[in-house]
Amino acid sequence: MIDYEMLKLIWWLLVGVLLIGFAIADGMDMGAAILMPFVGRNDAERRVVINTIAPHWDGNQVWLVTAGGAIFAAWPPVYATAFSGFYFAMLLVLLALFFRPVGFDYRSKIESPQWRTWWDRLIWFGSFVPTLVFGVAFGNLLQGVPFEVDSMMRASYAGTFFELLNPFAILCGLISVAMIVMHGGAWLMARADRVVAERSRVALQGGAIALVVLFMIAGAWVGQSGMGYVVTEIGDTSGAMNLLNKSVTHASWLAKYDNPLEWIAPLLGIAGALVAFALAGMKRGGLAFVASSLSMAGVIATAGLAMFPFIMPSSLQPAASLTLWDATSSAMTLTIMFWVALVMVPVILSYTLWCYIKMWRRITLEHISSNNHVLY
Amino acid sequence: MISESLVELSRWQFALTALYHFLFVPLTLGLAFLLAIMETVYVVTGKQIYQDMVKFWGKLFGINFALGVTTGLTMEFQFGTNWAYYSHYVGDIFGAPLAIEGLVAFFLESTFVGLFFFGWDRLSKYQHLTVTWLVAFGSNFSALWILIANGWMQNPLGAEFNIDTMRMEMQDFALVLFNPVAQVKFVHTVMGGYVAGALFVLGISAFYLLKKRDVAFAKRSFTVASVFGMCAVLGVMLLGDESGYEMGDVQKYKLAAIEAEWETQEAPASFTLFGIPNQETQQTDFAIKIPYVLGLIATRSTTEQVTGLKDIVAQHEQRIVNGIQAVTALTAIRSGNDTPEARAVFEQHKQDLGYGMLMHRYVADPARSTPEQIHQAAIDSIPSVMPLFFAFRLMVACGIAMFVLLIAALWICYTRRYTQYTWLLRACLCAIPLPWLAIESGWFVAEFGRQPWAIGEILPTFMATSSLTARDLWISLVGFITVYSALLVVEMWLMFRFARLGPSSLHTGRYHLENQRLEADDASPAPVTTTTKLA
Ligand code: HDD
Ligand code: HEM
Ligand code: HEM
Repeated sequence: MIDYEMLKLIWWLLVGVLLIGFAIADGMDMGAAILMPFVGRNDAERRVVINTIAPHWDGNQVWLVTAGGAIFAAWPPVYATAFSGFYFAMLLVLLALFFRPVGFDYRSKIESPQWRTWWDRLIWFGSFVPTLVFGVAFGNLLQGVPFEVDSMMRASYAGTFFELLNPFAILCGLISVAMIVMHGGAWLMARADRVVAERSRVALQGGAIALVVLFMIAGAWVGQSGMGYVVTEIGDTSGAMNLLNKSVTHASWLAKYDNPLEWIAPLLGIAGALVAFALAGMKRGGLAFVASSLSMAGVIATAGLAMFPFIMPSSLQPAASLTLWDATSSAMTLTIMFWVALVMVPVILSYTLWCYIKMWRRITLEHISSNNHVLY
Repeated sequence: MISESLVELSRWQFALTALYHFLFVPLTLGLAFLLAIMETVYVVTGKQIYQDMVKFWGKLFGINFALGVTTGLTMEFQFGTNWAYYSHYVGDIFGAPLAIEGLVAFFLESTFVGLFFFGWDRLSKYQHLTVTWLVAFGSNFSALWILIANGWMQNPLGAEFNIDTMRMEMQDFALVLFNPVAQVKFVHTVMGGYVAGALFVLGISAFYLLKKRDVAFAKRSFTVASVFGMCAVLGVMLLGDESGYEMGDVQKYKLAAIEAEWETQEAPASFTLFGIPNQETQQTDFAIKIPYVLGLIATRSTTEQVTGLKDIVAQHEQRIVNGIQAVTALTAIRSGNDTPEARAVFEQHKQDLGYGMLMHRYVADPARSTPEQIHQAAIDSIPSVMPLFFAFRLMVACGIAMFVLLIAALWICYTRRYTQYTWLLRACLCAIPLPWLAIESGWFVAEFGRQPWAIGEILPTFMATSSLTARDLWISLVGFITVYSALLVVEMWLMFRFARLGPSSLHTGRYHLENQRLEADDASPAPVTTTTKLA
């Protein structure tokens, strides 16, 4: 038996892994789809873009579904509070996500230019909006969210949809977009026809530079504004806890970064992007993809570590903030889910890898024209 | 207090989106297996036509699958967005199967479905066959895990309330997994999906046979579908009977409601074949009864009674009275008045906590309930009978009709007179909606019959919502209806188009319409891009 406190930590790490996995896997097809209208100048070139991700987008999307499920199972109050509090933001993401499966699958079934143009727009919307909104959501978590929890544990959100779109949150949204553009660019460099790949290189490099700049601005912003929270008093973290029995006050997130080890995550975020930029210049798309994946892991980990042990701080009733110590499931549920994840994640990674290896090839314009009726 | 209209609208939204998701799910479940079977025949016999079958029915599978995935995302989000208190209150148990579903089933299904479509020239025959089977198993595993979650809502075993965290917590995972309700539900539901897949292939093949087009292709599809469909419909009916039996065990109020069983009869109870249930007078007008049958089905004995609704209401009234004490003690403890006395009262009445919570719908503080309010709550603690009574009979009637039709279809295969009995073929074509009618009414029975509980006897639906406003719900509900209707139109349009085209849509040059079109194309080399030609 692993003790409860350890389990809580492990689950914080595991959810982090799932979120980073989601960003890397689904980010690549979201990025490719965001770039599609820019790097694909005609129907055949846009089909090249779509067909690089055709066999994989559905599996990639399951990272999102599973991260959602894992949050539900491991942190039920977080799932409840975040999803209902961000109601319209969530529905907007959902609406956008609707158009991807349908768009990919239906777009090329009919050979009418209008039909395809419409689906291209919807696919773009479906990839851009979630990318932006997930970044915006992180921006709001960092600032604290105006919600309350009553003694019966019913949470209510006091803000509005438009309050979510504050300047800092939008900055975080743009970071997310830059990151995904870089990543999608790297993917297309590695997999798409040379014409498309060359244009994607430019996108990758632009995204990487934008990411580095915006990321540093965000860091400075957090430091300047003193944004952040700290737990000053909390009960026994190794037991079942009442969420409301703790004290929380304001303190800068950056206070944590006093230890050089903590700097690994933000440095990885920046270095990864710069290396991706350089590799792109050398036309090494595959390697640039690895670098951009590491960069994304670094950026996401930076936000996660800064907030530790918070998951969703409350600006309205700081004591009700959700932390990894008191917003978790019971020891039994965490234990069961830990074993399931321990067995399944390696299995999933291996068959996913097998699929990528099997489908690995450059999708050329000739390939599209000779498989007109089979491909997307 | 939570507003009545918020609860109503949340229920409407969940019901509509779930019923909509379940328009696509059954076809995925059924077709995935049919594809795997056809491909197995292809690999064993090496006959090209079977590969064409896999590819063509696979195209239709893909059109349907895209919407299955799309609408599934809504379901995944909705527990959090619209049933936040529910998610908090039972997430400790309920979240686990949902997360496991992702890890065990969705990854498998969705990762390999891409290879199913695009891997034909990248995989060996055997590898591709394996991929197809994995897709089929993946979709069935997903059904298994989600139905374990749903089964737990109907019959919540293996969990215990924790005062400190104010929620239900898992005590015994094995009880959650091997919940008899979930097991029966799983088999009944996936078999329902197989029936849907079979009737879909059967009906469309019958259409080609009627047109005498691509007959070799159509009759093979027809045969596979009839055999598979017959096994499935038998399974569904058998497990439907089993569902009724389980329900008699754990959800007496639902059983009594679908049977319009107002009074507890002498065992064995008679079965109401038809009638018009009247909730006001608590009796069934114009009832046609068959002696003994209900007792036999529900209890499998001649001596056990089936409890009638009036007796159930009386029992519930007592449990509500006890439950109010539990709620009162709990409120005191949670607001800081944590005395041993309050704990003792709570322990004593804990098993009726959910019943006490029913009062939240009628008074702000359950401790102040009047006897009239308690009586009203007890009356409302049974679902409305009429819709359940008819929905159940609709499902059974569809089941019987499909059974008869499949006998006829098998007979056609046996005699090999595939194109002779046009009226039978036409019946097969017209029967395509039947499985969907049965399935949707089945879910209606299962879910509406659970009311007023979100989690059976533990958490009232009324308490389970998020802290939203009715206005929020109006906006989202209208949004869902608009977008979903548009998507459905597009999906149906494509489905009809490709079903009409048939295997010619594969562009192999082996099928009927292509030969015609090729001739036409020869005559006038029409530009391909101007009009809507099919890829
Ligand atoms: C009996 C079967 C069954 C039932 C009751 C449900 N589903 Fe479903 N679901 C499936 C059977 C299925 C499936 C057959 O596996 C689907 C349909 C088409 C598909 O792609 O997979 C699917 C797709 C699907 C997806 C998309 C997966 C992907 O990206 O591949 C999600 C997130 C959900 N479902 C979630 C849910 C939730 C939260 C439900 C509870 C209300 C639910 N489903 C009811
Ligand atoms: C896909 C097949 C399903 C269909 C067609 C379906 C149908 C319905 C319907 C008609 C309702 C509304 C009942 C009412 O309010 O009167 C409902 C409610 C609900 N169902 Fe299902 N359901 C399905 C699957 C599930 C599953 C698998 C779960 C859980 C794992 C589930 C959980 C719920 C919840 C939480 C509600 C809302 C609370 C309530 O009204 O009780 N449903 N569903
Ligand atoms: C012919 C005899 C049938 C009987 C006796 C029967 C019985 C039942 C019963 C008692 C339930 C409610 C279970 C519950 O609420 O816990 C149910 C639900 C359901 N039925 Fe049927 N059924 C029959 C045919 C069919 C057919 C032909 C289909 C579909 C093709 C179907 C699909 C469903 C579905 C999807 C549900 C909801 C899920 C569930 O609760 O299992 N049924 N059925």
